[in-house]
Amino acid sequence: MDLTLIVIVVIVTALAFDFTNGFHDTANAMATSIATGALKPRTAVIIAGALNFVGAFLSVTVATTISKDLFDQSQIIASGIGPQVIFAGLCGAILWNLLTWLLGLPSSSSHALFGGLIGAMLVALGTGAIKFGGIVTAVLLPAVLSPIIAGIVSLIATYIGYRIAERGAENTVRAGFKAGQIVSASMVALAHGTNDAQKTMGVITLTLIAAQMLTPADGVPFWVKFVCAAAIALGTYLGGWRIIRTLGKRVGEIETPQGFAAETTSGVLILASSSLGFALSTTQVASGSIFGAAAGKRLATVQWSVAGQMAVAWLLTLPAAAAVGAIASAATNTGVIGTILVIVVVIALSVGIFLASRRKPVTADNVNDVPAGKQPVPVAA
Amino acid sequence: MTINWGALLLVAGVALAVTVVVVALVAVAMVGFSARETGTAAQGAMSPAVGTALGYACIVVVGLIVLFGLGLVAKDVLTHLFA
Repeated sequence: MDLTLIVIVVIVTALAFDFTNGFHDTANAMATSIATGALKPRTAVIIAGALNFVGAFLSVTVATTISKDLFDQSQIIASGIGPQVIFAGLCGAILWNLLTWLLGLPSSSSHALFGGLIGAMLVALGTGAIKFGGIVTAVLLPAVLSPIIAGIVSLIATYIGYRIAERGAENTVRAGFKAGQIVSASMVALAHGTNDAQKTMGVITLTLIAAQMLTPADGVPFWVKFVCAAAIALGTYLGGWRIIRTLGKRVGEIETPQGFAAETTSGVLILASSSLGFALSTTQVASGSIFGAAAGKRLATVQWSVAGQMAVAWLLTLPAAAAVGAIASAATNTGVIGTILVIVVVIALSVGIFLASRRKPVTADNVNDVPAGKQPVPVAA
Repeated sequence: MTINWGALLLVAGVALAVTVVVVALVAVAMVGFSARETGTAAQGAMSPAVGTALGYACIVVVGLIVLFGLGLVAKDVLTHLFA
């Protein structure tokens, strides 16, 4: 296949991933605001989409993390591997994102991306091209620590917030935190843009390096920033309502002070880590924050079984995406026919998942309606 | 394999400090504004005027913290643009 054509295919696939990243992660910023009624669902996704677009231009620190910390760029260039390897990795990430979206599970798009790329690289180049130390320090360690840190911070902030606010009038407190949620949710959306759009920028940059259209010394081109910002914003605007329902309504009964504390925690953590170049998963930060906030209120109602489902999804994300990436990489290595086969299979599976989601559609109109048997059960703390 | 524990601790510490301060300030602001309403604990603790002033003062501080955060991000952008 012509190199320019495969580069175009990879860029389109990367943007498709970026799009799924957007709608998969709308919940991170807006789930609690929608659940508490601080923002109407449609308004929330418009704000989130716009701020993700802006945020994508505000930092390039994380964009270089993928290409420098996780993979040996010199070996990638020396081996002469084609961009189809990156395409294979993206296929693993997209399919995992779509599957978890169907199940309403807020798994990490970042880990799906890393997993897919690692699987594809392993098949194409062996273990030499992968910096396993980088995976531990830049991916796994933050992945384990970020939800824990977010949960603890959010729990403490929620507890203190309630203790102080109990002296105030209930209506005033609720209204005040409701207004605060609009600001804090907006900050998370902005932070998400600064963090997540960067990863797709990194992938496209890596592709251009692999195709020898850029050198590792070059920065991220402006057009790459623009299309990545647009793709994640559009995905965010369309809203992953299934995951919004899970985080907003199935974790616990979230009130406005809890939503504000959770969103503030997420926004501060993501912005701080982004500025220091950590490839933090916004999903894991936001999920940890919401669980911490739910548990931070006395006599809290927290659905810990949902946390268990999320934990399983988080554990499976890296290996599952890696497995798909590896299979796709093996297929693309066979030549043009293999690459076309992968494209057809990925499109067919994506359409299948979409059609399956239509059986029980979750939309802006019913996102706050939790099916019987899935509501949080009150537990005396 | 080098783990930058210092940076990680810094992120955690900043997140804890900023989040707790912001949430507490908003909560204090709401208590202050509540002093304008009858039958609340806040009304007995302070006059409506003092409560309102306290409320607005806290909101201004929170606004400054948010602006400071945005300023740090903007500084990062400017550094990249003019590097």
